[in-house]
Amino acid sequence: MSGKTAASKTIRQLIFVVVGMFGFGFAMVPLYDVLCDVTGFNGKTAGKYTATEVQDVREDRLVTIQFLASNNANMPWEFRPKVRTMKVHPGKLNTAEFYARNVTGETMVAQAVPSVTPFHAAEFLHKTECFCFEQQQLEAREDLDMPLRFIIDSQIPEDVKTLTLSYTLYDVTEQIGLATN
Amino acid sequence: MSAVIEELHHDGHHHGPDKGIMRWVFTTNHKDIGTLYLWFSFLMFLTGGVLALGIRAELFQPGLQIVQPELFNQLTTMHGLIMVFGAVMPAFVGLANWLIPMMIGAPDMALPRMNNYSFWILPFAFGMLLSTFFMDGGAPNYGWTFYAPLSTDYAPPSVTFFIFAVHMMGISSIMGSINVVVTILNMRAPGMTLMKMPLFVWTWFITAYLLIAVMPVLAGVVTMMLMDIHFGTAFFNAGGGGDPVLFQHVFWFFGHPEVYIMILPAFGVVSAIIPTFARKRLFGYDSMVYATASIAFLSFIVWAHHMFTVGIPLAGELYFMYATMLIAVPTGVKVFNWVATMWQGAMTFETPMLFAIAFVILFTIGGLSGLMLAIVPADFQYHDTYFVVAHFHYVLVPGSIFSIMAAVYYWIPKWTGNMYDETLGKTHFWLSFIGVNVTFFPQHFIGLAGMPRRIPDYALQFADWNMVSSCGAFLFGFSQLLFLFIVIKCIRGGKKATDQVWEGAHGLEWTIPSPAPYHTFTTPPTSMKEAHG
Repeated sequence: MSGKTAASKTIRQLIFVVVGMFGFGFAMVPLYDVLCDVTGFNGKTAGKYTATEVQDVREDRLVTIQFLASNNANMPWEFRPKVRTMKVHPGKLNTAEFYARNVTGETMVAQAVPSVTPFHAAEFLHKTECFCFEQQQLEAREDLDMPLRFIIDSQIPEDVKTLTLSYTLYDVTEQIGLATN
Repeated sequence: MSAVIEELHHDGHHHGPDKGIMRWVFTTNHKDIGTLYLWFSFLMFLTGGVLALGIRAELFQPGLQIVQPELFNQLTTMHGLIMVFGAVMPAFVGLANWLIPMMIGAPDMALPRMNNYSFWILPFAFGMLLSTFFMDGGAPNYGWTFYAPLSTDYAPPSVTFFIFAVHMMGISSIMGSINVVVTILNMRAPGMTLMKMPLFVWTWFITAYLLIAVMPVLAGVVTMMLMDIHFGTAFFNAGGGGDPVLFQHVFWFFGHPEVYIMILPAFGVVSAIIPTFARKRLFGYDSMVYATASIAFLSFIVWAHHMFTVGIPLAGELYFMYATMLIAVPTGVKVFNWVATMWQGAMTFETPMLFAIAFVILFTIGGLSGLMLAIVPADFQYHDTYFVVAHFHYVLVPGSIFSIMAAVYYWIPKWTGNMYDETLGKTHFWLSFIGVNVTFFPQHFIGLAGMPRRIPDYALQFADWNMVSSCGAFLFGFSQLLFLFIVIKCIRGGKKATDQVWEGAHGLEWTIPSPAPYHTFTTPPTSMKEAHG
C-alpha cells in the first residue's frame, strides 16, 4: 500500500532527526570549546603562547594584574600566589610564582584551571609557561613553587587598567587513577 | 502497521474493547491510550501537588518547622520533574491521542503498537523516579534543571536512577511524537489539507517536531552526566578540562523548546474553545498557524536568556535579550487573535470557556513578567528569586494546566456521552482561579523584594506574603479533588450529550456520536465543510 510506504519514509526521516540531534548534543561540547578558545568567552585563556614576533614594550602604560588562588571543594592543598599584585608594562615578559603544598599524607595529583576577568581581556593575556598546562603531582607533605611566565599583549584595550587572573585547583587524583588502571 | 489493522477491521467484524484489566495493558486503541495517559497524568498531578503542598507548608512561616533542608530540596526537585514530565506532557499526549485521529478523520494513530509502548514506559519511569525517595541519600535534590556539578559531583547516589528515568521518559516522548507526525502527515481524510486542520492538530504537529528535535539533546546531556559520574569523563568537570557552564548551554538548548512544548498544545485547545463559545470563527486561522511556527523556531535561538548571570559577553547578552523579546510578537498575534474572536461574539460562559478566558488573561500576565525577565540589567536582580517562580507558574498553572482542564470539560461529553455537572464545574473553576492567583501573585512581590527561590527558610520581611501564598496553594490543591469528583460523576452518568454537544462547536469530532464509538472513521469522512471553526 502506498500509505504504508509513505509512513515508513516519514518514520525513517524522523528517526534520522532523532539520531542526528542526539549527536548534536555531543557536538555542542567541541563547538563550545572552539567558541570559547576563539572568543575568550568565560575568561578562558589560550594554551601555551609562542611569540611570532617580538612585541613593542609599552613603557608608557602600566597594567595591574592581580593573582587569585582558590581550591575547589574538598581539595585540601595549600595553594596561594607568592605575590598578590604586579604592575607590568604591556609587551614585556614577566614571571610570577605560585606556591602549592600537599598537606595530606598521600600522593595527590592536581590540576589548576585559569580564568581571567574582565573577559574581554582574556585573549590579551599570553602565557609562555604555566603550571596550569600540566598536572601537578605532589608526594605527602611535599611543596612546590610553580612558575608562571606571561606577556600582556601591547594591543590590550586602553580601558583595561586592572585584570585578575584566578586559578582554581582541582583534585584529579581519582581521574588519573582511572586513566592509568 | 496501520494498513494491517485496517484490513483486519474491514475483513472481520467491528468489535468493542476487550474485557478486564488486559484491555488496558494490551490496548492499541487511540481512545484507550488517550484515557490511560490522562489518568496517569492526573495521578502525577496529584503526586506533584502533594510535594508542592509540602513545600508551601514549610514556607507558611519563617524558620524550619516541617521538613529539613535536605528533604526540602528533594521536594522542590521532584515537584518540578513530576509536574513537567509526569503531569503536563502526558496530559497533552493523552489529548493528542484522543483528539487528533477524530479531528483529521483517521481510524486510529498511525503506529498503534508503538503508542501502547510509549504509554507503558511511563509508569515504570516514574515508579523508578519516585522510588529514589526511599534510597540512601534520598531523591534528586539538585533542582529540576539538575545543573552540574550539583547533579554530578555532589549528587546523591540515586542520580543514576534519575538519569535512567529521564532516558525512559525521553524515549516515550520521542515515540509518541513520531506517532503524531506520521499520523498527521499520512492519515488525514481526503480533502483535509494541512491548512484545513484544526489548530489543536497544528499546534501538536509543531510540538511533536520540537520534541523530536530536543528530547535527544536531553538524552545526550544526561548521558554525559552518567559518563562523568561513572566512567571518569570530564564533560562538566573543570579540573578535567570540562566546563560546568557547558551543562547549562546543552540543558537549556533542550529546556527552552521544552517550555514551548508545554504551551503550544494549550494554544491549540484555547483556539478550539473560544470560537465555540463566542459562536464566531477564529479571527485569523492562518496567522495563528504562522505565529505557532514562529514561536517554535524562535524557541531554538533564545536559550541563554536563562543564563544571563553566568558571565556571557555583552554582545551575547544583547542578542539573547532582543531575540527573547521578539517572541512577544507572535505571542501577541495569538492573544489579540483570541480577543478579536470574542469581540462582538454571542458569548456564553460554560466551564471550558471560563478556563479558556482565564487562560488568556493569566497567561498574558505570565508572558509580561517573562518580558521583564528578558531585560538583561533587570534580570540580574530577578535571577533565582521568587519573581521567576511566579513567572513560570503563571504560564504553567493557569496557562498549561488551565488549558488541560478546559479541554477535559470541553471534550468530556464526547468521551463519556454525558454532560458534566455545570454548577460543580463552575465552582471548580472559581476555586481554582482564586487559588492560583492567591498562590502565585504574591510571589511577584516577595521575589522583587529579594526572596531567593529553592530555600526552606527566609527572612522575616517575607513572612506575610508567604503565608498568603501557602493559603492559596492549599485552596488550589484541594479544589482539584473536586475536579476528580466531577470527572468520575460525569463518567458514571449525567445528562446525555448530543452529537454536537456545544451549539457553536465545529469540527469532525462533533459529527460522530456521543460517546465516541470505540472505532471511528473506519471509512474516511467525505465532507470537510466542518473541518475547523
